[in-house]
Amino acid sequence: MKLTQKIKYDADRTVGFGESVARLPGCEGLPSCIQCGTCSGTCPMSIYMDLSPRQVIGLVRADFKKEALSCNTIWLCSSCYACTVQCPREIGITEIMYALKQRAIREHTFPAGFPIAILAREFTRMVTRKGRITETLLVMKLFLRANWRAALASWWLGLGLIRTGRFVLRQEQIQGHRELATMLAQTKETGEGGAP
Amino acid sequence: MKYHYFPGCSLKGLGRAYEESLLPVMERLGVELHEIEDWNCCGATVYMATDQGNACVLGARNMALAEKNGAGDIVAPCNACYLTLNKAKHCLAESSAIRRNVERAMAEAHLTYSGNLAVRHPLDVLVHDVGLEAIRREVVRPLTKLKVAPYYGCQAVRPQCTFDDQWNPTSMDQVLTALGATVVDYPLKTRCCGGSLTGTVPEAGLRLTYILLQEALRRGAEVIATICPLCQFNLDGYHDQIARRWGAVRIPVVYLTQLMGVAFGMAPDALGLKRNFLPAEPLLAMS
Repeated sequence: MKLTQKIKYDADRTVGFGESVARLPGCEGLPSCIQCGTCSGTCPMSIYMDLSPRQVIGLVRADFKKEALSCNTIWLCSSCYACTVQCPREIGITEIMYALKQRAIREHTFPAGFPIAILAREFTRMVTRKGRITETLLVMKLFLRANWRAALASWWLGLGLIRTGRFVLRQEQIQGHRELATMLAQTKETGEGGAP
Repeated sequence: MKYHYFPGCSLKGLGRAYEESLLPVMERLGVELHEIEDWNCCGATVYMATDQGNACVLGARNMALAEKNGAGDIVAPCNACYLTLNKAKHCLAESSAIRRNVERAMAEAHLTYSGNLAVRHPLDVLVHDVGLEAIRREVVRPLTKLKVAPYYGCQAVRPQCTFDDQWNPTSMDQVLTALGATVVDYPLKTRCCGGSLTGTVPEAGLRLTYILLQEALRRGAEVIATICPLCQFNLDGYHDQIARRWGAVRIPVVYLTQLMGVAFGMAPDALGLKRNFLPAEPLLAMS
């Protein structure tokens, strides 16, 4: 029998985590949440989430870092900003989801082979090296690394793209790609290191 | 009317029909779009989620390259590019830490970012700079009897919107009416299309797409008009997978600029209409 803890203790908190999130640009409103749940009601993806957006906001503010970084909520957020616009306290909920995604990526708190995180990694890599995204190549990389069976199920999509002249195999690259890579390397060491 | 033009990766790839229709339509309306030289990917929502500091470098480089070519607003037709460039601008204005990062990166490339250029959506330019009257004057083949669901997507109007309402925008409705089309009441006009979730978690992402298509049909629309390459791709590209999961919801999805081109009397081939999965030409030829 696998036992899971159902009630959280004060000792489970990562003290300072909520504050470290609230310091980021756009996330300043975090402490003023009134837990009304408008975000969860507005979110088109909340029916698939293990924790509702309201719960995530509550957990982050109360320093429950582990829970906030390991839920599927932050990954299912599609950045449509419906919650942000509707929030009566004008909290940048989407920005907070972004901040949590950044932390989860940095601290590797997502399951191996998780397609959303793989897409984020491959996308970032392609932009950093080439300066531009070649969508069909990116999607192929995603399928190969995440789920090659899904690639097979999408054969119709691939054929359609070839038929409509949109299947591009030549990688787009900007002239200043080396310069861009140097620019991006400049900011490497600055992250938000040292946050709880 | 002169603008810097930021096409973004999609308009050179999956969404090339958007560029193919946008450029001739804007030219007809006297709008000059000068492509920013050696622009880079805006970073989209994905890069912002990975590394906000560097995402702002991506945006700042594009805006600095535009600045080098003089004054004028930047036109970004992709909703994600439009939002991301504006977000980078906003972060740079608000956060001194981000600004310091970006300045250091800019120095590497001998570029300067002043933050003086506005980033605008072509829909905004069409309604507020060109004007509905000028659009109406170019219509030679009114889209009479064509019932269109105007679909804005989310990121053109949220979180901030400088040119329309965040929930119930009407600027595209006005352009469509100027073309002679019948605009269908479509309350889901700013609901999420699924974004990249259609590819990463299709069982949930495609459900969002399905809801949008089903509602457009239910409202009596014959075609959906979009202003974002990812919206167009999601709504047009997955008809087979959606039919397998929840039943067929077949309705063509085109760019607003394609409908404008048709109404302006341009040939469908010149507007990228051949690139649709679900063809829209028969419908547009009839109207």
